[in-house]
Amino acid sequence: MREGEKDPGLYDFRPYRDRPPLAWPGGKSVAVWVSPNIEFYELDPPANPHRKSWPKPHPDVVGYGHRDYGNRVGHWRMADAMSKHGFPGSVSLSVAMCQHLPEVVADANDRGWEFFSHGIYNTRYSYGMDEAQERALIEDSIRTVREATGQVIKGWLAPALTHTPRTLDLIAEYGLRYTCDLYHDDQPGEVHVKSGRLISMPYSLEVNDHYGFFVYNMSPREYADTLIRQYQRLADEGERSGAGTVMCIPLHAYLIGQPHRIGPFEEVLKHIAADGRAWITRSGDIADHYMQQVPA
Amino acid sequence: MTLDPAYLDYPLRKAGMDHDHYRWSNLFERPPIAWPSGQGVAVAVVINLEWFPIIPEDKPFRAPGHMVTPYPDYRHYTAREYGSRVGFYRMLDALMRVRARASVAVNAAIATRYPQVIADIVAAGHEIVAHSTDMNGTIASGLPEADERALIAASIDTLERVSGSRPRGWMSIARSQSFNTPRLLAEAGLSYMCDWVNDELPYRFATGAGDLVNVPINHELSDRQIVTVQQNSADSYVQQMQDAHVLLAGEAKRFGGRMLPLNITPYVMGLPYRIDAFERLLAHLAEQPGTAFHTTGEIAGALG
Repeated sequence: MREGEKDPGLYDFRPYRDRPPLAWPGGKSVAVWVSPNIEFYELDPPANPHRKSWPKPHPDVVGYGHRDYGNRVGHWRMADAMSKHGFPGSVSLSVAMCQHLPEVVADANDRGWEFFSHGIYNTRYSYGMDEAQERALIEDSIRTVREATGQVIKGWLAPALTHTPRTLDLIAEYGLRYTCDLYHDDQPGEVHVKSGRLISMPYSLEVNDHYGFFVYNMSPREYADTLIRQYQRLADEGERSGAGTVMCIPLHAYLIGQPHRIGPFEEVLKHIAADGRAWITRSGDIADHYMQQVPA
Repeated sequence: MTLDPAYLDYPLRKAGMDHDHYRWSNLFERPPIAWPSGQGVAVAVVINLEWFPIIPEDKPFRAPGHMVTPYPDYRHYTAREYGSRVGFYRMLDALMRVRARASVAVNAAIATRYPQVIADIVAAGHEIVAHSTDMNGTIASGLPEADERALIAASIDTLERVSGSRPRGWMSIARSQSFNTPRLLAEAGLSYMCDWVNDELPYRFATGAGDLVNVPINHELSDRQIVTVQQNSADSYVQQMQDAHVLLAGEAKRFGGRMLPLNITPYVMGLPYRIDAFERLLAHLAEQPGTAFHTTGEIAGALG
């Protein structure tokens, strides 16, 4: 990015009208990817001078317990619902999960899910890192996921969405292909980086389960209805224009895997699977397909 | 800009949790648990019965639901009292109608101020769970250990004196603990706590002074979360609990006992325009096959 300038210069402006055709495999109108955040939060993390880890003095028993619930209870409900309806996951992974709870990582890997990095822990932030420290974080992510799963990560979602001005340049230099940290479009697009090629992968905060439940205070059924509306609109637009759209469903097992939420959510998966216009896939496959079809 | 190099050290990055209280465990790979009723789903009604002094102390923090306006905050003081005088009795009646026994997490101040309420709880066969002293009795790191120990003892001793039996369970205000709390609860002779929301079944929790059982009373399913924080209607709350019940009843058939905690607050769910919905929920659950009401003490005991 252009550090210190009013326009960070992340990408070119491209209006939504009259976009060139973008074909998804099988003539599908919308690429749908589900993104479980598989995270580890530390009970007593060291302080980052720019952001507190927990709103309360450590131990934040409810905050920690809520997250831990995702790995003990929620993941298994969420993953089974996804597998049942044919949805692979593209995991935003706190890579220290590979050491702490390899059972959860192995389960996701066995289901054919993709992993990208979401930092080491969701309680360690990039704010304030110098370049060497940020390189260490990226190299640790690549090495840890490869050793645990055999996969080479292709993407990045900054730990707890904490960035530095050099993050995007660095991940591109290390050969990563997409970032999930930019929210300016419903299609992938080029990101300006110093070297290599990086695209933005449409993720979503607006239909993230965390926003649904705790920013917009939706009931589980209202959130399910929101996802269906989001899907219908993006499928309709992709079908009409021939410029394929992307819908991401970002999830947290500690939220969507709750007993009052997983039932309504499963109805969403059922709806999308039955509609027939969705390319139900993984973020890395969307990136590969896009980069092959669209020259940089 | 740079960070202290220690920020990129991860001394606890190894297999398992980053503390010694419990081991990681997959809910779906445990031996099945059986409830005393033999039914698959244990519905645990947990009512928080609280007294808010009109002078908040904020040491170490102000409890949710506490005073808001400059002194004297008549509106919040009396609205919380409404819960103990009126709303709670609506709840007692509702439980009696479906013959459900519940757990009541009681501030010790309720016992000293309103012994009649305690007598009515005991007469109905409900369990009393110790819930601190009053709503100034919050716990978090920073509270001196001796003060925390005294607070726990005062709560349990008072509830024992007024109710005639010593509580076996504990629930902290806002489920907030210090690093010392589990050990102090074990040293005080308690057998279970309700503060950790990381699971859906009781499990063993090492404290350094012997094990406690943790009975997770999921805050996500509480009226405080759904109605007060997320501002969903009472009807929506009922729908959400019914949806949760359907899911849990299905799992109980495959995996063994499941638990549905209904954590409710007299000044929230006991209001005239909400209590009908809650009564409807109780009636619905009472009719469901494979479902029984259990106290948190019964649930803790089922761990064996």
